[in-house]
Amino acid sequence: MARIELRGLAHSYSAHPRSPDDYALKPMQHVWEDGGAYALLGPSGCGKTTLLNIISGLLIPSEGTVLFDDRDVTRLPPQQRNIAQVFQFPVIYDTMTVFDNLAFPLRNRRVAEREVRARVDEVADMLELTADLGRRARGLTADQKQKISLGRGLVRSDVAAILFDEPLTVIDPQLKWLLRRKLKQIHDRFKLSLIYVTHDQNEALTFAQQVAVMFDGRVMQLGTPQQLFEVPAHTFVGYFIGSPGMNFLPCRFEGGAAMVDDIRIPLGRPSWTTRRTAAFRWRSASGRSIWASGRPSPTARCPPKSPWSRISATSRSSPPASAATSSRPSSTRTPPSRSSAAGSPSPPTAPGSTPTEGWWHDGEVPWITAPPTTGPGSWSYRSS
Amino acid sequence: MTLVLDKISRVVGGETHLHDLSLKLEPGSLNVLFGPTLAGKTSLMRVMAGLDRPSSGQVLWQGQDVTGQSVRQRNVAMVYQQFVNYPSFTVHDNIASPLKLAGLPKAEIDRKVRETAAIMHIDGLLKRLPAELSGGQQQRTAIARALVKDAGLLLLDEPLVNLDYKLREELRAEMREIFKRRRSIVVYATTEPLEALMLGGTITVLHEGRMLQTGPTVQVYHSPASLRVGQVFSDPPLNQVDGVVDGGGVLLAGTVRVPAAGHLADLPHGRYRFGVRANHLSVFRAHDDDIPVPGTVELAEISGSETFIHVHGPGIAWVVQQQGVHTLALGEPVTAWVNARRLFAFGSDGKLVAAPPRPRLGMAAE
Repeated sequence: MARIELRGLAHSYSAHPRSPDDYALKPMQHVWEDGGAYALLGPSGCGKTTLLNIISGLLIPSEGTVLFDDRDVTRLPPQQRNIAQVFQFPVIYDTMTVFDNLAFPLRNRRVAEREVRARVDEVADMLELTADLGRRARGLTADQKQKISLGRGLVRSDVAAILFDEPLTVIDPQLKWLLRRKLKQIHDRFKLSLIYVTHDQNEALTFAQQVAVMFDGRVMQLGTPQQLFEVPAHTFVGYFIGSPGMNFLPCRFEGGAAMVDDIRIPLGRPSWTTRRTAAFRWRSASGRSIWASGRPSPTARCPPKSPWSRISATSRSSPPASAATSSRPSSTRTPPSRSSAAGSPSPPTAPGSTPTEGWWHDGEVPWITAPPTTGPGSWSYRSS
Repeated sequence: MTLVLDKISRVVGGETHLHDLSLKLEPGSLNVLFGPTLAGKTSLMRVMAGLDRPSSGQVLWQGQDVTGQSVRQRNVAMVYQQFVNYPSFTVHDNIASPLKLAGLPKAEIDRKVRETAAIMHIDGLLKRLPAELSGGQQQRTAIARALVKDAGLLLLDEPLVNLDYKLREELRAEMREIFKRRRSIVVYATTEPLEALMLGGTITVLHEGRMLQTGPTVQVYHSPASLRVGQVFSDPPLNQVDGVVDGGGVLLAGTVRVPAAGHLADLPHGRYRFGVRANHLSVFRAHDDDIPVPGTVELAEISGSETFIHVHGPGIAWVVQQQGVHTLALGEPVTAWVNARRLFAFGSDGKLVAAPPRPRLGMAAE
């Protein structure tokens, strides 16, 4: 297993990139620790697959270097990088038995047959494939075949990293959690370096210790699931992590409070992190309007009791599609606002033009974030 | 415009796809067809549309037998899972296509296309080709084409299933409002409980081609007629545990004592299967009368806003839905707190015997 470093890495598919728009991956700098479980999460077109292909060697970046344990591998093809890969769809030999499929990557490298048997048995045991070892792969279900693919990725103990490209897409929803658990268990036990690409937040947050949330060729934030949810570094992360995402309300900043229209939301006594973040964002946003944002709270539909502030708004279900080709959240003037009522399946407030009310708990410290201005490359990115 | 399905069955190659289904769909109603994959949702829709003929039974449209009539002769629009658009037509011409076929005057076509595109928030994209659109915008176009026809019967077969979750979130929230303004019968197939609840209306729960239950969606959610309905109409599936009602109350999994109060008070002594939804369990104690159930963490799945904690203990394999992001290690000891007020009781035949009282609005966070 290896420590992976991306040094000044950027990629453009065009030969003579002129503007940031021409870059599928904007310049980035990352160190991913040996034995860590990392996920690359983002909507389609965000650059996560480009990044994975650069790490695996399928793609040579136009700028920067990729280092495995301080060794420059930027221009090495995948087979010389000592990595294992698992793809979206099973890549196995139908005519071979399950055993031979699992043994294939080892026999290919002329590993002694005794060791092959030991490793295959171990991996089969982890994935609960032992009973099927003698069967031909042909008759198996898609789920089982994908399990074999996972097994083939895991069978070599000497790889620098194992790369997964949306490996659970074909798995039945009821079985997904079992495989997520397996992968997590395997990681806990063997401390493998894993890089996992997905557009599914559930998968990324469940699986990984560190998640890189990507948008428009940038890593918007690299953090633990808890950090992404509780301390989003950017409006995009607040929007993208969580279902529904964060609410954003335009506000002014006045004497230690956020003013949404004429409602004063006191910032209370923010924790050190909150204060730092608020200050940072306030500085970067001086002279412009800012946003107050909060998570849809389970109590947001409760009857008004102090200390709740009423925020009346026109409820919109979503930003107009015309505002963006990708799911850019906040380029609309009327931000979507959602509340959630935990445990109560009463019909939701009808979206549309009807004015509705939301309640903001006064004790809740809002996030103060700078608004993303429209146009590509305008996301203010904080690298730490 | 009323659609009646009378004792519909469909057998294909000796396999029963639909078994003796009877349904009445009222004009302007929103009907959710609900069930897991292969439950018969698509088969039933195809019969409604006239794409397939039932093996037996009748389809009545406004009292008239249309069983043998093909889809072309019927007043139907359909949206599929895959985004079906004409690749060489612009968004405008895609939406306009059914109107052109109907021979409407150009000015009227243009007006209707713009109106419908505005509802679907794609009015800024009318000159684009499908290939230049995101998946969400492509499906918006397909839905707009179905809406613009103003058909008496609008069928949507899991229209959001191929979208990523953020796009699904957006469109799902709009659906209800879009359907509300229509006079047509809307039939919407889904496998997702949350989607069904957001749509509301009337639900028909299908399983292996049979109808398990039908009624107002929210009511069916609160009173699933059987364990199977409870299971499929909960996400994650309804947690279950064996229990015995005796003189001392309820004994769950042979070890956990729970008072037989409230809706459980009148249960005759005997064996039951109890159910509790994941969002009614917690790893924190919320009420004085919560009962601890010991277990270990099998996995903590993080959905973004919530953590789904798989808890295994003697006689239980439950999922606890906890607000917020929590990090728990595999194998860590954990307590699941359960409350008797939240328990469903099912008889040995799987039929519902007692359901928890419905929460009142405003008590949601309780």
